[in-house]
Amino acid sequence: MNEQIGLRGRAWFKALTGSDTPNGGDPNSVLATTATIENQQSLFLCVVPDKSSRFPCVRDGQVGLEEAFTLATHVRTAIAEDRDKPREAKRPIIAIVDVKSQAYGRREETAGIFFAAAVAADAYASARMAGHPVISLIAGQAFSGGFLTHGYQANRILAFDDAGIVIHAMHKDAAARITRRPVAELEKLGHEIAPMSYDVRDYAKLGLLFKLLHADDPQHPTSNEVAEVRNSIQQAIADSRKGKLDLSNRWESDAAITMRKGTLAVRAALEAQWFNE
Amino acid sequence: MNAPTLIPDFVNRKSFIELDARARAQSLFDESTSKELVGPFDRIESPWLAKQGIAPQSDDGCIVIKGKIGGLSAVAIAFEGAFQGGSVGEVSGAKMTAALDLATEDSEAGKPTAAILLLETGGVRLQEANLGLAAVAEIISSALALRPHAPVITIVAGTVGCFGGMSLVAGLSSYTIMTREARLGLNGPEVIEQESGIDEFDASDRALIWAIHGGEQRVGMGLADVLVEDDAGKIAAAVRDCVHKGVPEKHRSEQVELYRARIAALDTSSQIDLATLRRQWADPQGGVR
Repeated sequence: MNEQIGLRGRAWFKALTGSDTPNGGDPNSVLATTATIENQQSLFLCVVPDKSSRFPCVRDGQVGLEEAFTLATHVRTAIAEDRDKPREAKRPIIAIVDVKSQAYGRREETAGIFFAAAVAADAYASARMAGHPVISLIAGQAFSGGFLTHGYQANRILAFDDAGIVIHAMHKDAAARITRRPVAELEKLGHEIAPMSYDVRDYAKLGLLFKLLHADDPQHPTSNEVAEVRNSIQQAIADSRKGKLDLSNRWESDAAITMRKGTLAVRAALEAQWFNE
Repeated sequence: MNAPTLIPDFVNRKSFIELDARARAQSLFDESTSKELVGPFDRIESPWLAKQGIAPQSDDGCIVIKGKIGGLSAVAIAFEGAFQGGSVGEVSGAKMTAALDLATEDSEAGKPTAAILLLETGGVRLQEANLGLAAVAEIISSALALRPHAPVITIVAGTVGCFGGMSLVAGLSSYTIMTREARLGLNGPEVIEQESGIDEFDASDRALIWAIHGGEQRVGMGLADVLVEDDAGKIAAAVRDCVHKGVPEKHRSEQVELYRARIAALDTSSQIDLATLRRQWADPQGGVR
């Protein structure tokens, strides 16, 4: 848990693409390149910390204004280049996620980070709706607005299964403060109430994940582990290509049928009343 | 001078902010065309709050009303800021997603149905944390799916503001309507002060907060579209205008290059001057100078 944010993201970006240098014209906090997964040219994207960013509040791996617009640019370019291709030939887009959070800064609020985040989410969702398989690989942390900006619009989400993975709406300390509970009580509640949990195995029970992955040391993957992960990404791509373009798989999954009864009840009731006029 | 002229208009206006979410949503529709769907008598409550000793509400703080606005089909989905801060839980979030999906279904079948989102929300409900965050991602996706067929119109009117994940939904809307009292941003001032220190943001400085997040600045800098008074009649008229305008040629959140260039042109060596930013961004087509 006290590993530095972004190291795992960078490690997996390098392991899967062979490179980890930013493109000219991009901020150093965004890695973007084309590499192959099972003979398919795919766009890989990752946000990493940049200690010398000109925006002080993103230097520890937060997602800020430049990161959001840079991600959106790469995704939109891929959509435009593949516009006339049939669905089965649209390139996969792989978001490697290891983000501490969105940027908490005055410059960001002033210049509309809410809008920047929307632009990136729009780009990812547009790619998915255009038929690109969009796959998220959660290699480390996936917090809140950072995850909404980068990764949460994917067709399929993969995550490692160790204690270094945290997918959540808010950091533990802040959540404890705001809900006026001690951290220990918050942790206990997490074990009883799955959506509150900070443990990725509980997250998996919500039905939002395609698959859990394992690496003994996710910051230093072995070649076998990399091959396994590639294989899982390939499965996720194949599953996306034959699935729907929306996010309905998340509430129609086997796990969701048990854990998201509220969602399913609302959908059924609203549909019945909507058409009953 | 006779008595009525001594009374200024704002005294007689019907405040929108003072209405609850249900009355706000109802006030937008053509007379006797609206109907609430999955209302409190359907009793679909949050399954998670009672387990944490918090009383649920039988509409989970989200009201869905379908009807006609200016003669056209529309659905309004309103978060009630007075219940759990208008937060997005599993049920309230699913209501919004499902209503957007049904509006898309009708639109695709040849009956364009606009969505009006009344956002009074601090973001994800922390007691339902990951299902709230997932719901926000689903709302974003469903709003984007509707947007090519019928306008998605966001109203931020009251003093709760629109913060957290739902601010992205405002960001991708076809039109955003705000009052001067309303605020729109990803992170609230308290969170920034907590995470980045009081030098970054003094959360007790109300003038600064409204200067950054307030409706006047957001509309002035072109990240929201219509500034209205807190008047139910005027807000309903603004909504009718947006419904009639229909789908814009290009949505703001598709204009990646324009805004990427604007961000690149910012001087970040100190805090950004608000008036200058507003002037530079005011022209929607404007390049960076």
